[in-house]
This record gives sequence, structure tokens and C-alpha cells, in this order.
Amino acid sequence: MAVCIAVIAKENYPLYIRSVPTQNELKFHYTVHTSLDVVEEKISAVGKSLGDQRELYLGLLYPTEDYKMFRKLHNSFTDVMCNPFHNPGDTIQSKAFDGIVSGMMVQTG
Amino acid sequence: MDQESGAASAGSFISLNEHEQRYYSGLHSLCQADTSGKLSSSKVAELFKASQLPPESLHKVTEVCGAKRLGYFGTPQFYVALKLLAATQSGLPVRLESVTANLPLPRFVGLKNEPEMRYSTVPPGIEGQGAQCGAAPGSVSWTPAERSTFRHLEASVEKKEPWSPPRSPCSSPPRSPLTYRSYPYTKQRNGADAQMTYESKQSSRPIIQLEQHSSPNNYGTKSTVEHPAMARASSAERLAQQGAVDDSEDDPWRITEEQLEYYTNQFKSLQPDLGALILGAVAKNFFTKSKLPIPELSHIWELSDVDRDGALTFSEFCTAFHLIVARKNGYPLPESLPPTLQPGFMQQEEDIPDTPESAEPLIVFEDAEPRPSQMDRSILERIQPSLPTTKQDMKEEPRKQDAGLKRMTTSQDKQTLQLGAFPERPEPPHDLDPQMRTKTRPRSYSSTSIEDAMKKAEEPPTPPPRPQKTHSRASSLDLNKLFQQGTPGIKSGWLPPPPALPPRPSTSQEESSVKPEEQGLRSRFGPSTEDLTNASKQEVIGVCHSQAPQKPVRRKYHPESQSQETAPPPAMSFPPPSKPAQKLLSRQKREIQMAIRKNKETNAVLTRLNSELQQQLKVVHQERVTLESQLELLRPLAST
Repeated sequence: MAVCIAVIAKENYPLYIRSVPTQNELKFHYTVHTSLDVVEEKISAVGKSLGDQRELYLGLLYPTEDYKMFRKLHNSFTDVMCNPFHNPGDTIQSKAFDGIVSGMMVQTG
Repeated sequence: MDQESGAASAGSFISLNEHEQRYYSGLHSLCQADTSGKLSSSKVAELFKASQLPPESLHKVTEVCGAKRLGYFGTPQFYVALKLLAATQSGLPVRLESVTANLPLPRFVGLKNEPEMRYSTVPPGIEGQGAQCGAAPGSVSWTPAERSTFRHLEASVEKKEPWSPPRSPCSSPPRSPLTYRSYPYTKQRNGADAQMTYESKQSSRPIIQLEQHSSPNNYGTKSTVEHPAMARASSAERLAQQGAVDDSEDDPWRITEEQLEYYTNQFKSLQPDLGALILGAVAKNFFTKSKLPIPELSHIWELSDVDRDGALTFSEFCTAFHLIVARKNGYPLPESLPPTLQPGFMQQEEDIPDTPESAEPLIVFEDAEPRPSQMDRSILERIQPSLPTTKQDMKEEPRKQDAGLKRMTTSQDKQTLQLGAFPERPEPPHDLDPQMRTKTRPRSYSSTSIEDAMKKAEEPPTPPPRPQKTHSRASSLDLNKLFQQGTPGIKSGWLPPPPALPPRPSTSQEESSVKPEEQGLRSRFGPSTEDLTNASKQEVIGVCHSQAPQKPVRRKYHPESQSQETAPPPAMSFPPPSKPAQKLLSRQKREIQMAIRKNKETNAVLTRLNSELQQQLKVVHQERVTLESQLELLRPLAST
């Protein structure tokens, strides 16, 4: 279940990271970083990624449930990006985004 | 507060005597109001259950006191509800008029802190407070009051003591009534514990004076609350008479006519066409001038860009502007868009967290439906002809179709829709083809040039090809086929989205191609948005532009067919096809519903596609910029 959600920018720094503070959060952060390596591998393998994030994601974890979660996350992420007041590269400060993430963590975690 | 006095003078406020005062404030604190003044709905529900009234009565109470409409129990609603409970327990009908009667305290069984019950001698009645703040001479400086504070103040203002005339120039014509017909506070508010908590929560308001009932003039202090309240108050009375559980609570967030005009002018300065969209970048520059901090602007954007397309339609723009004005006047930004600020006054979508109380079984909060019909009335008053309702209206319509549209059909008369007011639904179009054509067209389309083209295309005899019955959309192939088929036989099916938006008046072709992508990006709502998505997709695919003029027609078809199974599909003047259309409507409905599902899936995929493409676009732009700069550097070298 979603105990930790992170959005990583292209430059490999986190734009947004949040975890359920039950366990060692640092451990989660490390896991996120290592998962980046896996993602990189997959990206380079796939080539053009038209909406392939989904597949990539599915390739890593369980398909069905998290599919919805990822989609929701991605949708809210695009919402944030569309905000003209948001500069790409800033940390994500949107309350709506936070709300959705908390919802996802609570309901599944 | 003149406002309050005016409001109070409506005569429909309830008054509380001392006992009630204490009892109610005790109950109020029992219900654990949170920082925004909302009461914990579970506690309120417990309380209601403890009153041992049948659930229907409780629902009725919730509805009448306004909490249902609001979605939560604010202090005033709570007090009104308590009064209503008392009334119901005494056998009176659950109506606002009941609360003015002499009532015993409501009885709650099993409450932890059940205060003593006494019979209250109802104080003389509510009287108009005296100073009616006449409709304020208005400065347009409209200071939206925070809802709760506002009501709070008004309530407190209900004192017999005469009020000094409104200190603050209230602006504008009595917009929606301050609130609420009934205010639970009496003149002699003693304990006002609740108020205390209230006040402490609303820091910015010098509400402290409320406690000093003796001197009504103290109320004058609330600079922030100066509102066109009095004006509102008088209108409040009017509205109060109507007995409609109206927009009252949301007054501070309601846009007045003057403001609307002002916003319209501002919009025109940015984008002369009221039906078109303001791009995100343009809006950003404009709103940045307001000198609000960027995170707040970002939040405002999130609240107001309902269809999430990265651009603002006229009503979204008004919403955003209104929020900025409110913020500048000191009102904290709401977490979610107040109902009256929603474009089209329709319920917002999921992303914005809704009030948690809605889950409460005992207390039913029904936000969407009743409001639009009331909005219509208020909008009728406003008379905003051909205000472009946003595309999202179209989008939201399919969503709300089941409940909302049918109701809208019945509740709205053609007039309302003709005004092109916000909460429209596409039903009227089919009723008034020629009129609707001119009025409704602007509201649903993103660019008026399309509409103009449409109009011209349609007014001449041959109607544009109707959408196929089989609900073809989402693929360019279908689109081509569709257009080849021509007019007849194409009914209410959802026309495939127009391939490309014709070049906007103010933007380049490039922008217009980016725009649909953005729109597509945001399009998660219903088929009409899918049009845009498909439009963007088709742009990418490169479908010819000649199909663009069809767009408005198709969009019309869709909501119409969805909303009215019985109505002839095309608003756009298709008299001949109407007969066959009617026969096929039921079938079409099913097809349409299936297609809707498919389209939604397609939508999601395309959304991702769009995001990808946008990222690529960004990268490419950056590269281009670097290359150009390099070129600049090299140019002098080359010339030498």
C-alpha cells in the first residue's frame, strides 16, 4: 500500500515526497532513489514513451490497484503543472495535490 | 453592522433569549466547531439523534437551516437547527417561520452536557434593528466577508438598538442577501461563547465587539466586514421572503453585478472575445500584477480553473478575479471553491475536497441540485445575456446529467437559458433553435471564430452534418467517414470532435495547437471535453481544418441528446431531421452512454499523451532557444 509517495523531477531531485510516518522515513527515501535506477533502465529500454509511464509503473509493481492510484496521481500532477503560477522545478505546493496524495495514502495504507 | 441590522430587519431572524443563548452555545461548543467555524457533523448528528425526532424531520431541519445547502453546519445554521428542533418537538412544522414562535428549548436525550431545559419566554421578537443600512452607496470596493463571520456579525447585530447607518459604503446593489433569513442570536447575547470561539478563529475581524451588546455601535468597527451588507441586507429581506434556501451563506463569495461588469471589462482587455479563453501565461501576468504572493495565486488558480485546461474561460476568470479581490481585502482563501463562485454555479469536481460531512448519513448535504435552480433566479435578476458559460458547463453536464439535467430542465424556463446565464444546461437549445443558436453558442465554445463560422455555416439552409447515431467519435477515421456521409441520418450521436480549433483571433496557429493539447490535458470530464482531447489528437494527426466549423454543432448535439432523450438532437436548426431523430433517441441514448465510457477511457490515455507531448515540446523549445543564442554568438564571427 501507499506508504510513501514521491514525485521526482527530471533532474532527480524530489519535487514532492510524502510518507506515512510509521516507519523509518529515511529508508523510504532511499528506496525511492533506488527505484529511480530501475525506472531509468526501463525508459532507455522502451524508447519513445507515449504514455508509457503507466506500463513502466506496472512493470514495477502490482498492476490493478496501483494503476488507478498512479493515474490519479498523474492526473493531479498534470493539474499542478498546468498551473501557470507553478514554475517547473519548484517543489509542489498545491493543497489540492496534497489532499489527493493524503487520500491515496490513507485509503490504501 | 448595518448589514446585520438590515438583515435583521428582514424580520425573519430568530431571536434567542438568555436561556436559549446559553443552551445553544453550550451545545455549540459540544459539537466542537473547528477553526473555520464548521461544526463536527458527527457530533451534530448525534445531537440530532438525541432529539428523538424522526429522520425525515432531521433531514428537513438540516435543509431548512441551510446546512444542507452549505454542506456543513456553521454556527448560524446550528442555531437555527436547534430552534427548528425545538419547534418540531413542540409540534410545529419544520419551517423557518416556526423559529420565530415562542419555543421551549429543544430536548436532547442522552447528551453528556445536557443543560437544563427551561421554557423560554421568547423575547419580544426580532426587530429590525433599526438602522437599515440603506443600500449602500456604493463603492465598488466590495469586501467579501467571510461567510461565517459575516453571518455571525449579522446575527449579533440583531439588536433592538438602532444602528448607526452603515459606515462603510457598501457597494453594489443588494446582491444576494446577506444571508439567511434567520439569525439565531438575540439582541442580548449573553454568553456568546460560541461567538467567542468564532471570533478567536476569525482573527482578522474585530468581532470582539459583538459581545458588547449594549452598544450596537461597536459593531461598526468591523472594517473588514464592511460590506455592501446593508444593501445586501435589504435584498436579503427580499430573498428571505422568498423562502428559498438561497445563496445566502455564500454571499461574501458571490459576485455582484458591478463586479461582474468590472471583471468583464478586464477580461475584454485581455481577450476581447468573451467566449474565448485566456491563456495561462496571459492570466499569470495579469494576476501577478495584483501583487499577491505566488503560492496564493497558485492556489487561486487551482480553485478557479475548474476544467483544468490551463486557461481561463470568462466565468473562471471572474472566479479567479473575485478570489483575488477577496484575498486582497483580507479574506482568507477558501480551501474549496464556494458554490456561488463555481463557474456555472455547479458543483465542482472531485479534485477539490468536498465537505466531509457529506458522508454523514443522518445529515444529508445536497449541494448541487437545488442551487442551480436558485441560481437561475438570481441570475435572471442579473441578466447577463450571452455570458459565455464555460465549456466545462458542457462537460459537467454529462456528468451531472442524471440528476441535474433533468431537474434543470424542469426548473429552468427557457428564459433563464436564453440569458445565457451560468448554470445553463443545454436543454433550451433545442427548444429555441434560432435563439439558442445565437445565445448558447458562445457559451460552449472556446473560440468565437468557430461560432461565427458555425453560425454562418448553419444559417444558410443546409445544416451541418449530424452526428452519427452510432456515436462515432474519438478516431480520425470515424471523423472522416462522418463528414463524408453528410447530413441526413445523422442524429443525436455525439459528433466527433472537430479536428482543429481554427486559429484564434489573438493567437498564432502554434498556440492554438498547443491550446487544445492543454485542454486535452485537462479533459477528464465527460464527452464534451473529449472533443477537445480528440481535437488535439486530431491536430496531431493532421486532420484537415475544414471540419472545424462542425464543432459547435456537434457539441451542442451531445449535451442535448444526453440531456434530453426526447428532444430533437440538434439545436442547430434541424427541422427535417428532427422527426427521425426522435425515434432513434432512445437507442442513441444507450449508444451514447456506451460511447461516453469509451470516450472517458480514451480521454485518460490522451491526457497522458498530451502531457508527454508537452514535455517534449518544452524540451524542444529549450533546445531551440539555446541554438538560437549560439547562432547569435556565431553570427558576428561568420560575417567577419
